[in-house]
Amino acid sequence: MIADADKGGAAETDHEPRSFIRRYVFSTDHKVIGIQYMMTGFVMALVAGGLAMFIRLQLAWPNAKWPMLAKIFPEGMSGGVMNPEFYLQLVTMHGTLMVFFVVSLILLGGFGNYLIPLQVGARDMAFPFLNMLSYWVIVPACFIMLGSFFVQGGAAAAGWTSYPPLSALKEAVNGSAMGQTLWLLGMALFIASFTMSGLNFVVTVLNLRARGMSMMRLPATVWSLFIAAAIGLLAFPPLTAAAIMLLFDRHLGTSFFLPSGMYFGKLITEHGGGTPLLWQHLFWFLGHPEVYVLILPALGIAFDIIPAFTRKPIFGYRLVVYSMLTIAALSMIVWGHHMYVSGMSPYVGEYFAIATLTITIPSVVIGLSMIASLWGGAIRFTTPMLFALGQVTLFGTGGLGGLFLGNATSDIQLHDTYFVVGHFHLMIGGVTLFAIFAGTYYWFPKMFGRMLNERLGKLHFWLTLPAFYTIFLTQHFLGFGGMLRRYYAFNKFQYLGPIQKWNVLVSIATFVLGTAQLIFMFNFFWSLFKGKRAEANPWQATTLEWTAPSPPPHGNWGPQRPIVHRWPYDYSTPGDSEDYTPQTVTPAAVPVTA
Amino acid sequence: MQEEIIEQETSLNLSSAQLGLWAFIATATMLFAGFTSAIFVRRASADWRPIPVPSLLWLTTAIILASSITIERARALSKAGRRESLRRWLSATAGLGILFVVGQLGAWRQLVALGVYLPSNPHSSFFYMLTGAHAVHLLGGVLALIYLLVRSLNGKSTAPGTKDLALCATYWHFVGGLWVYLFIMLFVM
Repeated sequence: MIADADKGGAAETDHEPRSFIRRYVFSTDHKVIGIQYMMTGFVMALVAGGLAMFIRLQLAWPNAKWPMLAKIFPEGMSGGVMNPEFYLQLVTMHGTLMVFFVVSLILLGGFGNYLIPLQVGARDMAFPFLNMLSYWVIVPACFIMLGSFFVQGGAAAAGWTSYPPLSALKEAVNGSAMGQTLWLLGMALFIASFTMSGLNFVVTVLNLRARGMSMMRLPATVWSLFIAAAIGLLAFPPLTAAAIMLLFDRHLGTSFFLPSGMYFGKLITEHGGGTPLLWQHLFWFLGHPEVYVLILPALGIAFDIIPAFTRKPIFGYRLVVYSMLTIAALSMIVWGHHMYVSGMSPYVGEYFAIATLTITIPSVVIGLSMIASLWGGAIRFTTPMLFALGQVTLFGTGGLGGLFLGNATSDIQLHDTYFVVGHFHLMIGGVTLFAIFAGTYYWFPKMFGRMLNERLGKLHFWLTLPAFYTIFLTQHFLGFGGMLRRYYAFNKFQYLGPIQKWNVLVSIATFVLGTAQLIFMFNFFWSLFKGKRAEANPWQATTLEWTAPSPPPHGNWGPQRPIVHRWPYDYSTPGDSEDYTPQTVTPAAVPVTA
Repeated sequence: MQEEIIEQETSLNLSSAQLGLWAFIATATMLFAGFTSAIFVRRASADWRPIPVPSLLWLTTAIILASSITIERARALSKAGRRESLRRWLSATAGLGILFVVGQLGAWRQLVALGVYLPSNPHSSFFYMLTGAHAVHLLGGVLALIYLLVRSLNGKSTAPGTKDLALCATYWHFVGGLWVYLFIMLFVM
């Protein structure tokens, strides 16, 4: 259906801004906002990654003293020895920052904002002002999260899952004071920002597509971002409700989550009757869909990058779209698999197990489609392709771990062990991170008009991939062996003595992983200024963003928006002398067969 | 220069503003769905003591229902192009909205007079929290109405002002319906 009500985003009637502030700081241009999100996410990644280094330092050498670190963290590392509460703060903030302020920021805020209007053929998002607002709400959220380290008591220490009573009582642990409150405020701002972005994504994809761009001609990236935004809009609010209730429990004396008869040093008398389980349900009602919010865009990006480097269409486009929709729907009704050992009725557990294992089906369809997309292709092993391929392997490996955890019976043994840590790091650490890298190497030319250095890129990949597997595959076995999550040291447990050397290996691999990212950072900034200049379509790809200049001007195209005649994966099309047919090529020039 | 034909693919016959509003309404609904599940769970505890209905709530409920009628009247007048009368009914709606919030605060004071505060018992906790959350959403609607009023006073809005008013009305009915739902959840069930 065609309508002329919304003219491709307000930029149609917008004048291009002139001042530096309006062009690069308070800009409503989706491309600027996308890059702002991306860069902010990368900065937060440095912090969150740094926290991981400290975690691994502690776990590998729990008896060691680090006098240098005592100078940086006088409270947490007094005498050079890490105290357990500080360890919990590291773990909490590493998780929180990575999930919300790195992956979500870069994949959805960064790539989502940058690519959606370009790939659907619009001049900007549906609500550009709201878009700008969403970024400038995230910035204080970042400051609040980072600032929480420096308040009395330090950052929140109740895990990224923030379970009460630990998070509900200000006296419970260092960090449960101001730090936890700041965590809740930072999350509230994050959710507000996500809501604004989510509205933009959903409306832009539904309403601002160029002529000829039907829903089933959308690139997989757009589908995945659209679905992720829709999930997020529906799943985040219960966490908002829970966060409000937790703030009330902490500061206003209510008892939503605090039970009666709880001893904490002295008897707590003013709270009572609440249940921590309520928090768990509300948190995981978001928490599970959240991981699909993160992983679907990663998978969508892979489906766009792979065909450009196999020179053939992806396998099963429709199947993949339907699978993503199915995953989205199912993801809303399986949250209980995070709570199998919370005391729930085994019948309820059985329901959640069956539903969880059902998600395996569309997930495998997607994974197999990725592999089948490679079959018979003339593969070009460029850096983006390497990261996309790495991503495919991580999805498979990590997904297998999900079978053990989704099953209520085996999960009883594995819950809260490093098996879980290994599993989710492969998925929302590995698949998403590799997608971020793949996407950056792939779209950097479009964003900045220059190419990233290929040799440095390949070095980055070949260091990152083995390091990643060393760390997180090993952790699956550590989990089997009984190593538990969120413990700051294991040297007191005799049964874990034999596997401590694997912790050392994991930590060394972590330092290698961290160092490898310096190569990426150097490549990024060096190429911004000295990289080879990029043409409009350096990868000879078919989707609409490649029909705009690199980088695209304000309004993305000249006076005429693109008109779409075919689906996004016409590679090696019969009747075309080139091995790719952009979406704008008319049927008269090349027949439309798909 | 050839004029660009602005054509677009759209899936549903809704403007971006309409779609955006419905998506926002879905989000807000999920917020109160979260609160709903919380109240059901909490109600099962042994320490649940129902609080009495503050009498002012009957009045505020009537006010908010009346405000839905006034905004519908405004919408009808806007369609008919009767700008003057429209402004009166818009103001009436905004006024009733503010009166509603004042009434809710009065209901809070009625409870305080009985010694029932936010942390007194779980039912009171939900009452204060839910009325507060609802009032925040309603005040957002009032702000939108004031914005429309100011624009219409400036004389800048043309007939398409009907569209914006229709959006406001949709949101307003949502907030009104939400109140009725919360009232039932808190005191009838």
